[in-house]
Amino acid sequence: MNALSHPHWRLLVAALACFAAAFALASATGLARSVPELLRGIGVTATVMFGGSAVAIVVAPVAALCKLYGGSAIRWLAIGYIETFRGTSALVQLFWLFFVLPHFGITLEPLTVAIAALGLNIGAYGAEVVRGAVLAVPRGQWEAASALNMTQSQTLRRVVLPQAWVLMIPAWGNLLIELLKATSLVSLITLADLTFKAQQINQNTLQTVEVFSIVLLVYLGLSLLITLGMRQLERRASFGLARGPGT
Amino acid sequence: MVHFDHVTKRYGSLTVLDGLDLRIAPNEKVAIIGPSGSGKTTVLRALMTLDRIDDGVIWVDGEPLTHMRRGDGLVRADGKHLRRMRSKIGMVFQHFNLFPHMTALKNCMEALVRVLGLPVEEARQRAGELLAMVGLADKQDEYPARLSGGQQQRVAIARALALRPKIMLFDEVTSALDPELCAEVLGVIRELGRAHQLTMLMVTHQMGFAREFADRVCFFDSGRIAEQGPAREFFDAPRGERTQRFLRAVMDAG
Ligand SMILES: Nc1ncnc2c1ncn2[C@@H]1O[C@H](COP(=O)(O)OP(=O)(O)OP(=O)(O)O)[C@@H](O)[C@H]1O
Ligand SMILES: [Mg+2]
Repeated sequence: MNALSHPHWRLLVAALACFAAAFALASATGLARSVPELLRGIGVTATVMFGGSAVAIVVAPVAALCKLYGGSAIRWLAIGYIETFRGTSALVQLFWLFFVLPHFGITLEPLTVAIAALGLNIGAYGAEVVRGAVLAVPRGQWEAASALNMTQSQTLRRVVLPQAWVLMIPAWGNLLIELLKATSLVSLITLADLTFKAQQINQNTLQTVEVFSIVLLVYLGLSLLITLGMRQLERRASFGLARGPGT
Repeated sequence: MVHFDHVTKRYGSLTVLDGLDLRIAPNEKVAIIGPSGSGKTTVLRALMTLDRIDDGVIWVDGEPLTHMRRGDGLVRADGKHLRRMRSKIGMVFQHFNLFPHMTALKNCMEALVRVLGLPVEEARQRAGELLAMVGLADKQDEYPARLSGGQQQRVAIARALALRPKIMLFDEVTSALDPELCAEVLGVIRELGRAHQLTMLMVTHQMGFAREFADRVCFFDSGRIAEQGPAREFFDAPRGERTQRFLRAVMDAG
């Protein structure tokens, strides 16, 4: 079988094609001089993306488990966090952390604010994904573990979360792509990300069609890379073939 | 060994176990039969401490299962007591409930490592011996999804035995299996009963197996034991009219 016919490889090829097309477009339309600027912007976008993902991936399971198994105070704290960050827009959250917190004597670097706000935003959605996946693991798994005298936390760590993890990978793929798209908001708190650079170059060169086409291709390429990563994880995580009855 | 002392279990207004009294001697093999919804599974789940009982006391080895002595009375047991009592009991489920992300061997090792704290090598060896005992030495590295139903259930039996319980509970362990796979699982159970000192409590629809394997049969109806007796006697000469009707219906269906 041709290696390129594997769907994962096609994703990689498509992503690289996007980047190549963006570069070709830049070179062909006299925007070559702007490429270093764009690359710097991509660097900022990627930094916010990775930082935000890390925050979300840590925060989401913690919030989900607090909501599921915490005592009432902890549970309400988790619910408060989840509902606040799901119920308000990411932009408002960015502005709040950036412009309001200083009034309370807390001034953070824009990059820190960007990573924290977007990470917490996606983390709130992620918490619901984690919670749903944990609840989707059949009750029989808990009972089997209990019959083996495993504690609740052992059951969670060794039996339930590894299965929930497989169930939630596709949803996480969506969330991380949402995160990528939301990174374009950080230009509004003075960060020079890809979108910000594009606007700048557009103002200087007035090559609107070319500039924003390049940016579109780059974002598409990045999101294809995310999808590729998640597919890879999914493939590694899926044990056996089908799931047996009742398991 | 096990004594259900006037045990009651309710779900809302539905009384599932209705003042149940049941004594099981060490090493005794008891088959529980009865119509759907009569509380058979509930008895096993209560004994496995998967469900709370609302009234009465379950005694295991002379100790209250879900209660502790406090002064003259009994209070609800703490986690430590429950864990100690649970270690005497193993359960096999109708739908196997194997851990799908672990190989057959890992399924059997998990509790040995996590609960007993055995070194991995020792756990691996003990799990391997158990799998060999249920005839699956060659399948130890397979994931459950790649095993037949009968093989999965045999892994589940090996897993339940890993902690060396004194009491084994089987809840319709062959109901999800094709007849030919059924036989291999029943064969394993038969062998277990022969070779080990185990008290066994099994819910089953396999009347032939119950008759031949069990010391005693309990016929459940509406959360009570409607009739019980030595297996042969019970099947050859059921006394109650309800029992006769049930047995006739099962024979007709089978
Ligand atoms: N979690 C629950 N909530 C409410 N009712 C329940 C629950 N579990 C069991 N029941 C009810 O309790 C009764 C006894 O259930 P049980 O599972 O013990 O029956 P059973 O004798 O094992 O039947 P079957 O042969 O169908 O397995 C049934 O009427 C059932 O609907
Ligand atoms: Mg049942």
